[in-house]
Order: sequence, then structure tokens, then C-alpha cells
Amino acid sequence: MSTVRIEIDGETLDVPAGITVAAAIARVERPFRRSVKGHARAPFCGMGICFECRVRINGVAQQRACMIAVHEGMQVVTDD
Amino acid sequence: MTEHYDVVIVGAGPAGLAAAEAALAHGARVAWLDAQATAGGQVWRRDVEHGWPPRAQRVIEYVTQHANATWMPQTQVVTAEASELLLQNESRAWRISYDALVLATGARELLLPFPGWTLPGVTGAGGLQALAKQGWPLAGRRVVIAGSGPLLLAVAATAKRHGAHVLGIYEQASAATVHNFAQKLWRWPGKALQAVSLRARLAGIPYRCGSIVTRALGDSTLQLIEVDGPRGVERFECDQLAVGYGLVPNVELAHALGCAMKYEGAHPCIEVDAMQCTSVPHIYAAGEVCGIGGHDCAWLEGRIAGLAATNASIGASLLRKQHHARTFAAALREYFALDPYIHDLSEPDTLICRCEDVPLRALEDYDDARNAKLATRCGMGACQGRVCGTALAELGRFPRSGLRPPLFPTRLATLGELHSSCSQGSIP
Repeated sequence: MSTVRIEIDGETLDVPAGITVAAAIARVERPFRRSVKGHARAPFCGMGICFECRVRINGVAQQRACMIAVHEGMQVVTDD
Repeated sequence: MTEHYDVVIVGAGPAGLAAAEAALAHGARVAWLDAQATAGGQVWRRDVEHGWPPRAQRVIEYVTQHANATWMPQTQVVTAEASELLLQNESRAWRISYDALVLATGARELLLPFPGWTLPGVTGAGGLQALAKQGWPLAGRRVVIAGSGPLLLAVAATAKRHGAHVLGIYEQASAATVHNFAQKLWRWPGKALQAVSLRARLAGIPYRCGSIVTRALGDSTLQLIEVDGPRGVERFECDQLAVGYGLVPNVELAHALGCAMKYEGAHPCIEVDAMQCTSVPHIYAAGEVCGIGGHDCAWLEGRIAGLAATNASIGASLLRKQHHARTFAAALREYFALDPYIHDLSEPDTLICRCEDVPLRALEDYDDARNAKLATRCGMGACQGRVCGTALAELGRFPRSGLRPPLFPTRLATLGELHSSCSQGSIP
């Protein structure tokens, strides 16, 4: 399987092409976001409904990590 | 400028695909769109390792490659007005108009609160299946699947295929009920075959009926779960818990278009006639959005809607098959009806609204969604009440209300587009 190189919270990693940003974050066991009261949250519905997996992708905030596939050079910032 | 199509289809699952195939075969210019990046919907979601199911791949290739079809992936409907939809994708917002519209917006999971359900490591059941198909790492992880309905078996099969160590499947319906349901499956031979094949693939995985996950525990991530079943209350460790209590139709767009609704239990679905026509002329609906019926129903109704939308004739045998498929849906509803115990799992400090962190305690004094929202922010977050509003309706607290555009969180630039192209536009 071909891979793409992305960056998550400054860490460079190679992940299989075609997987979602959510799957890539899970592979490095990073948290996804903090809730309004500061609790750690991670993907829940898996299909773009619950918005629990929101992260910053290429500078754009509030992106659903479960809806977007990884791309070469992508920069992901989680909300930890 | 507004792009015009003969038929616009919202949703690229079995219903949308069948509608597109039928409309294209009758010469229509078709636009079909989906919020996901690949066609297939939830049930035929493409697996990054294993591709699409063969049946799905055939029709997806046909529709995608057809000269009269325009495929719009990762596209969301922001709002709808007379014969026009405002769409948004990653880079732009635009309008499309149509002679006929087919709503094939499918369903989401019924996700119900219990103590610990917000912990990382807890997902929906179909949710875990979707994540696994998109590369979520499951190899060697201890997975528990719980909730209700035959979907749990499919989720377990996907998890196992991706290397998970599935500790067990916990079905809330009683063993007697599940047994009676299995006895009736001969009436739908396709479903019976599917069940047998799934059971074979799941050999060795415990399937426990009358069992409910009552609690998830862990510091900042899931470590332990509690299950209440015929063997009493048990606690055991696991890495991933997938809980789904069935499906709920995605009616938000239909609501914005003014389509009449009916209710299945606590949740609205679109009312259609035998030709899949909604109460609004030229707007058709097919599949789960008309009531949870599974992908056979969705496929047949999508085909009927696609034919009706192009004024093609619809054969009696197609209508008969659709009717038979709907009887399966009714049996599912009857046999997998939720135990009221599930409605009562939350404790006062259990968060109900995950977006705004609103606990059950804060909602005790309210008996309608609007007042609860104004006072507590419940339902005011990014999911727009899709999770908590639906859960509160299911729990018998109050119905979800206040659906209004935009149908999903939207960029300001998109709202600007809406305003600039409306003669007397205003955001409702």
C-alpha cells in the first residue's frame, strides 16, 4: 500500500494513502479535542454527524477528521 | 449562476445510487451528491483495504462514468429554497436547481447516553464500522460491540476482518425474542442467507442477548465496561466499545423543503406515496429517510423514485418487492424494540449534550427543547442537536425542535453567497 507523509502536532509520519485524518491521529494515539469543559474527546459517530473529531487541518479549524482523507504534506493540529 | 439538472439526488448510498441508475437509463441529466468523499453511503461504505462490496462497485462505476451524470463528492446541502439547493464543498458554495429532486439522505445511528459514553474509545456501532473501513487501527485491540439489531453482527465481522479481538456482542433484545425473529427469517431468504454467513464468520465470538452496557469507565480513555445481563452485572476491560441502538432517519433537508413527516416511534421520517413522491410536488424520497428498512428497501425505493422522477413506468413486480422488503423492516422494529431500561441509564451528571457538556441534571426542569436550549445551551453546538436532540426524543423527554438552516455548520463565505444571489434574501 502506498503511503503519504503528513504532520500531526509537529510530528512527521508516513500513513497509508486513502485513510482518514481520524485514522491517522488514532495511529499515533493523539487526543482529538477538548470539550467546552476540558474533557478529552475522540471520534464517536464515524460518519460526520457528531462533530467530536474536529481538528485543525492545513490551518483551517473545526474540520471533521472522519470526513477527510490524508494528503501528502497535510498539517494536522489537535486540540489538546 | 445556478446549475440546472433534470434530476438532483442527495445521498449516494443504495437508494441514491439506484435512483441515479434508473434516471440515467431514462435519459435524464443527473447530479448526485454526498457529504462523504466516496459513494456507497454507510452500508456500502468503501473499505480502504478491501474496496466496495461487488454489487455496490458495479453500480457506482456505472453511475460515476455515465456521460449524463455529475458526481459531487464531499458536498453538503446548506439550505433549500423553491426548486434550488445551496451547496458547499471544501472550496466553494454554489446553487443547483432541478426538475425533480430525490432525497436519499439515509440514516444516522441512534446514540443513547449512559455514564461514560463521552470517553475516547467509546463509539457508535456503525460508527466503529465506518472508522475501521477508513483505516482506524483495530489490530489486536479488545473490542466490545453492543446495542441492538442485526447491524451488530456486521460490525463485529468488519472489526474482526480488521484484526480486532472481539470480546463479545451484547444485544439488548432477549434471547427468546432473537430466537423468534430468527424463526421468521425464512420469509426473506436473502436476509436468512446473510445471517447464516455472518454467524459463520463470527464463530467463537460470544453473542449475549438481554445484555446492556450500563457504564464505561476510564481516566481519560476507556478502560473498563459494565454489562448488565442474565448472568448479573459484570465488569471487564476493553480498549474499544461500540454501542448502537438502531438508526434514525436524516430528515433535516426534507424538513427544510416542507415535506410532510410521519413518526416511527419518537423519530420523524418522510411520508411518501407508492411512487415515493413526498407531499411536495417533484420531490421524491427513498430508503432509510422514509423509515428504517435496510438496504434492500433502499435499493428498491431508490429505483422507484428514479423512475418516477423521469416519468418512466414502474412495474408491478418492483412495487411488490418493495412492499415485501418493508415487511422485513416492520419485523425488525417489532423484535428489536428497545428495553425501557436503556432509557434510564443516565445519572444526573451524565452529559447529554456532548457539544456543550450539558448534564442530565441541568435538563430536569424543562419539558421542551427550545426552553432547554435557551437556558442550558443543550443542542446549540456543532452537531445541531443531531445527537442529544434525538436521544432526548427517544428517552421520552421532549421532541427535537428548532430545525432551521444552515443544515450543517457553514462558512461565512457560503452565507454571503446565499445573500448575494437572493433578490430579497435573508437567513431565516
